Amino acid sequence: MPNSPGAVEETAPFFFMSILEVSKLRKSYSGTLAVDDLSFSIAPGEIVGLLGPNGAGKTTTINMILGVLEPSSGRIQIDGHNLANDRRGALLRTNFAAVYAPLPGNLTVEQNLRFFAMLYGVDSISSRIDALVEQFDLAKFRHTKCGVLSSGEQTRACLAKAMLNSPRLLLLDEPTASLDPATAREVREKIRAVATARQVSVLWTSHNMNEVETVCDRVLFLSRGRILLEGNPRTLPQEHGKSTLEELFIAVAREPLSLES
Amino acid sequence: MHITPILAIVLRQLYLFRSGPTRVLSLVIWVAIDIVLWGFMTKYLNSVTAAGFDFVPVLLGAVLMWDFFTRVMFGVTMAFFEDVWSRNFLNVFGSPISITEYLAGLVASSIITSTLGLLVMLALATALFGLSFLSYGGMLVPFLMVLFLFGIALGIVGCSFVLRFGPSAEWFVWPIPAVLSPLAGVFYPISTMPTWIQWVSHLLPPVYVFEGMRAIVTGGAFSRSSLAIGAVLAVFYVLSASLVFTRIYRNAVRTGLIARYSAESVT
Repeated sequence: MPNSPGAVEETAPFFFMSILEVSKLRKSYSGTLAVDDLSFSIAPGEIVGLLGPNGAGKTTTINMILGVLEPSSGRIQIDGHNLANDRRGALLRTNFAAVYAPLPGNLTVEQNLRFFAMLYGVDSISSRIDALVEQFDLAKFRHTKCGVLSSGEQTRACLAKAMLNSPRLLLLDEPTASLDPATAREVREKIRAVATARQVSVLWTSHNMNEVETVCDRVLFLSRGRILLEGNPRTLPQEHGKSTLEELFIAVAREPLSLES
Repeated sequence: MHITPILAIVLRQLYLFRSGPTRVLSLVIWVAIDIVLWGFMTKYLNSVTAAGFDFVPVLLGAVLMWDFFTRVMFGVTMAFFEDVWSRNFLNVFGSPISITEYLAGLVASSIITSTLGLLVMLALATALFGLSFLSYGGMLVPFLMVLFLFGIALGIVGCSFVLRFGPSAEWFVWPIPAVLSPLAGVFYPISTMPTWIQWVSHLLPPVYVFEGMRAIVTGGAFSRSSLAIGAVLAVFYVLSASLVFTRIYRNAVRTGLIARYSAESVT
């Protein structure tokens, strides 16, 4: 059963330590280098924050890992599957949610989940949907069209979709951007719980540094397509003479060269 | 190729049809209007021309088959446009579905919608105007197949164009059948047209269908080899269109177009 999420976990090589391995990744658009020689890995259950100012290359990196953007060079390996020559194998183990990629508004929550479950080859679709609808408090919106849900409800529906195939790698591009603080905290806690319980590796982009400090085990600061800094979000600011992660973020955005040196 | 992702595309279309009567009406209303309009026109022509020639199978039959071709083409493009209109490319193409499976899903959706349209047209044309198309039985199948394949090919071409040039290029798709119909010999033999246009017409599979159908309904014999040429051309166009779509998709993945497809137009 190569397309069953259950089988994904069974077939993953036991000796493989990283769920995501990105190696020497580059992307250039007509002479402009958006991502420059990026290498990093994510361990099972680890939540890594991909940070940086607008245009740093975060979304470009996520798009390449998602297979919707071809790298100019480099290698992406997901749970032991090389994305370039085993796209299906890699993407069966991946899912994503992004604030700019809502579920189609003309389908209900359940219809969307069923549609995407079939795209991801999920087994026992009905019971999986039941579980996710429960987990993300979507029961009363189950038969509501996604287009009429509030931002928070839509985000929860997107996250339910992202969990459909029990992914080994979860890509979250600003998942809480449109949420009120209470809902954002709830979503963070749910994702944290899933990552810990199922050993899901998460690549998380956000501009909310408090969120990053709370959720991420490690952060990668991107500037001009390169990793400028890497480390624990709770100790990294002090290591670079800043009192908070937000101050460090601003320094990365304004004076990346001083930090690099 | 995996069947489940293909069925997912079909299921999505079925969900949309279930979501409200307007979706289903759009499938049948235009074909119904065409059949009624042309039905009365053929009745009028029968009444003012010399007895012995029945316009119903010749003209109304041609309208029915051309509308079927149009429904097939739009069946493919409409299924594709659902992803364009709902800005769903990132969710769909970021999933494990392959581009071949996606195209197969569009075609499978079209089979359902065009079959529904065909059944409505046959029912109306038979009930209201006495068109006895069903009396031709299995003989109709190869003719419909050629039109079906050519409709699929043009549907995929339309999708390719919108994928390459963006949602605002949608206007290009809708008039394609109208532009082709004068060349395809739908209502008249292509010998009516100037020789140089006939050369162009011979590149269109529907020409072989309509010439053959005219021969049959007027009691003559049709050339099987001629229809075979139409079939070969149609298959060639389906394969070529699929190749073009795949290349445009790959280019879109290379340039990042898929990831930022929400733009109104793409240059």
